Amino acid sequence: MSLKFVFSRTISACITLLGVMIVVFVLVRVVPGNPIAMMIAPGASEADVVALRARYGLDLPIYHQFSLWFAQVLHGNFGTSISLKQNVLTIIMQRLPATLELAVFALCLAVVWGTMVALVSTALRNTWYERIIDSFNGMMLAVPDFIWGLTFVLVLGVLLPILPVSGRSDPSIDVDLLTQFYLIEGVLRGHFIFVWDVLKHMILPALTMALPLAAVIGRVLKNAMMDVMVQDYILLARIKGLSNLRILLQEALRNAAVPALALTGVQFTFLIGGTVITEKIFSYPGIGNLAIDAVIYRDLPLIQGLVLTFGAMFILVNMLVDASSALLNPRLRHA
Amino acid sequence: MTELSRRQLMQLGAAGVLLGNGLAIRAAHAEGDTVTIAYNVNLPSWDPTTGLSAVNPTIQSIYRSVFDQFIGQKPSLEFQPGLLTEWGWTDDRKQVWMTVREGVKWHDGSPFSAGDVVWSLERAGKQDGGNPISFIWSKIANFRIDGNKITADVVAFEPTLFKWMAFLTGYVMPKAYFEKMGAEGFEAKPIGTGPYMVDQFERNGFVRLKANPDYWGGKPAFGTVIYKFVPDVTSRVAEIESGSSDITVDVPFEEFDRLKDKEGLAGVSTPVSDIGMIFLNNIDAMNDKNVRLAAHHAIDKQAIVDKLLRGYATPIDTLEAPQYAAFDASIKVGYDADKARELLKASGFGPDNPVKFKIQTTRGLKPKDYEMVQAIVGMWRKVGIEAEIEVYEIAKHYELRAADQLAPAAFYNWGNAIGDPTTSTGFAMFGPSPHSVWNTDDLDGMIGPLWGETDETKRIEGWKAVDRYIAQEGYVIPLIQYQQPILFKKTIKVVPNIAGSPEPAQMTAG
Repeated sequence: MSLKFVFSRTISACITLLGVMIVVFVLVRVVPGNPIAMMIAPGASEADVVALRARYGLDLPIYHQFSLWFAQVLHGNFGTSISLKQNVLTIIMQRLPATLELAVFALCLAVVWGTMVALVSTALRNTWYERIIDSFNGMMLAVPDFIWGLTFVLVLGVLLPILPVSGRSDPSIDVDLLTQFYLIEGVLRGHFIFVWDVLKHMILPALTMALPLAAVIGRVLKNAMMDVMVQDYILLARIKGLSNLRILLQEALRNAAVPALALTGVQFTFLIGGTVITEKIFSYPGIGNLAIDAVIYRDLPLIQGLVLTFGAMFILVNMLVDASSALLNPRLRHA
Repeated sequence: MTELSRRQLMQLGAAGVLLGNGLAIRAAHAEGDTVTIAYNVNLPSWDPTTGLSAVNPTIQSIYRSVFDQFIGQKPSLEFQPGLLTEWGWTDDRKQVWMTVREGVKWHDGSPFSAGDVVWSLERAGKQDGGNPISFIWSKIANFRIDGNKITADVVAFEPTLFKWMAFLTGYVMPKAYFEKMGAEGFEAKPIGTGPYMVDQFERNGFVRLKANPDYWGGKPAFGTVIYKFVPDVTSRVAEIESGSSDITVDVPFEEFDRLKDKEGLAGVSTPVSDIGMIFLNNIDAMNDKNVRLAAHHAIDKQAIVDKLLRGYATPIDTLEAPQYAAFDASIKVGYDADKARELLKASGFGPDNPVKFKIQTTRGLKPKDYEMVQAIVGMWRKVGIEAEIEVYEIAKHYELRAADQLAPAAFYNWGNAIGDPTTSTGFAMFGPSPHSVWNTDDLDGMIGPLWGETDETKRIEGWKAVDRYIAQEGYVIPLIQYQQPILFKKTIKVVPNIAGSPEPAQMTAG
């Protein structure tokens, strides 16, 4: 991969991030509801309100507020949360690992599920089974993720209470962790009871986010595999006497994976966005859940920090997808 | 060395997973004295005296578990000794005096003293200290300590000063510990003198509390209390129905009725210090007294309670609920659709020529808020009022209210856990208050002198007179006093609390 490629993508990412910063900064100040109005004490005077606005820098012109915030962000200071009274970056760093672990777990589930669907559907092409699988796949895609979430809560949380419906771990388990990466650190330090408990708490929210993505992966991968299955080299493999399973796994899947990989990368960014609703339904303590509270309380510094974090994650994932696509397809490196 | 086959390895792995699962479940229920509460709000901050969360009434039951208030409050709203055992004003109302409880320890084992009380009051009264109620605390100054006795000068007489000591931000904080740890350090490891100590806190996840063995009020019945923060109502219902939690609050009344009779569960729903009301703004059609009174008389509150809230609310006619100090049962504004029609007719309105205005409401912030407004608009339509509903977020409501730009009618709820008229009628109706909507000189003239009234009997009677006048003039439409539904396992006895959610220290095994 050329340095020019990396440089151009980095510049592009910085410009996008700056755009995100400007848009979110202006938006949160334009939408109805200001945080000061929510903080006014019953006996506050007009002078108290003015002082409160000054305290949070909201009395300055918007361009001045932005320049101050921009300079702070460049120094790694995202400001102080109005509702939580803590450094925004600290809050986000405490909560981001939960969301990342959940999103990656959901992605893994989606990739495994989607690949299985594509493989089975391709293997059973032109049969009734294929139509049944396609119909089921279509249903997974059509039903919104929050409906899946509520269904899982009712079925697997209440009717068959086999999985927890809220939180990230059982509050009664005592584990002394150094980081917020519960799953990774739990595995590395051999706290397997805790790891299993964390996984149990992740299954329902991860499934909720994974199902629609699995359906997309399944459909795209299956279409790509169907295209591959009529290629001459597949015919040649058959003539050579390779089994159907081997043709599917070694020839068709490998060649069909490139478009599915690119799509998965893009869809992963949407999956991260989907954590906002899913984390709320399952009371999962990640940044998605945090974002809703921040909006309710009109916590401007926290909203800005969170949107910036989401934006940075989107850009990073897209850069990784671009890079991996370029690695797999040399023509893209010179595009 | 024994070698394991792949199959054996997998079997061992599966056994390990199952064992792990079993251990985890045992860990969750190892202690019979653990109570788990699926709670409806998150705990944003551990400092109960500063910031937005300090004035959130729902969070107070968590704060009261860890911290003690200057003055305690029974579930019935009656006041009782807290960290202050006695308190009062001098006869001339120029000074206050307080007696501090002796033998109390902070959770870190250090002794609690009168110095902590004074430091907490001085910190709370600082204008730039971040305490939203500093306007109350700043009304006493020049503290003097003599053993466990404190005296202070009254800067301006505030009749509700001691009531606030049992209300929002009225908590005693550990001077030495806070100064040593700083605000962020305290946030990470808070201590108080309350019945429970913070054992583990996962922001937006849960807080685990351990009983304080040295609590001056006696060790609580349950050794461990876990608050799971479950803001989503569907998940809260699932938590209690699946048995994952022992108690939950604020579920829809339909679910409450369904679950309270379920085997192993019980439910109680009692009135709380929170009312639903319609603010009227003195603009447009609301400047016509006939329209205001007609709008009030046209609402069948009992029908709303029975049909929408399944009977779990109490109709009210003033901003004072029956448990409040200035409640006057003789003030009535009854449902009378014919009278509403007559009043409107007198102003030239009727079903064929309706008076038109906008009513604003939240949707889903309080139980059936939007549905109640829909029902009210339907009742109004029958008498000759055509109201257009605008749904907005609560943040927008605060912004409009602060700027005095609410629509002619706006639905809202108002809490008042100390039950004093200043914190209900006072702040809601006094023009200069940033939270009032109705601003007219006649009403302000009646309310003004009551703020500094030193004779308590005269003060309460004065507020009753204000409430009567408001009802006669139709300056606001009080609707209902809410109830809080609580679902719990039958193995636990829960004491409902009018001030808000039940407190773990008052729970016992059933």
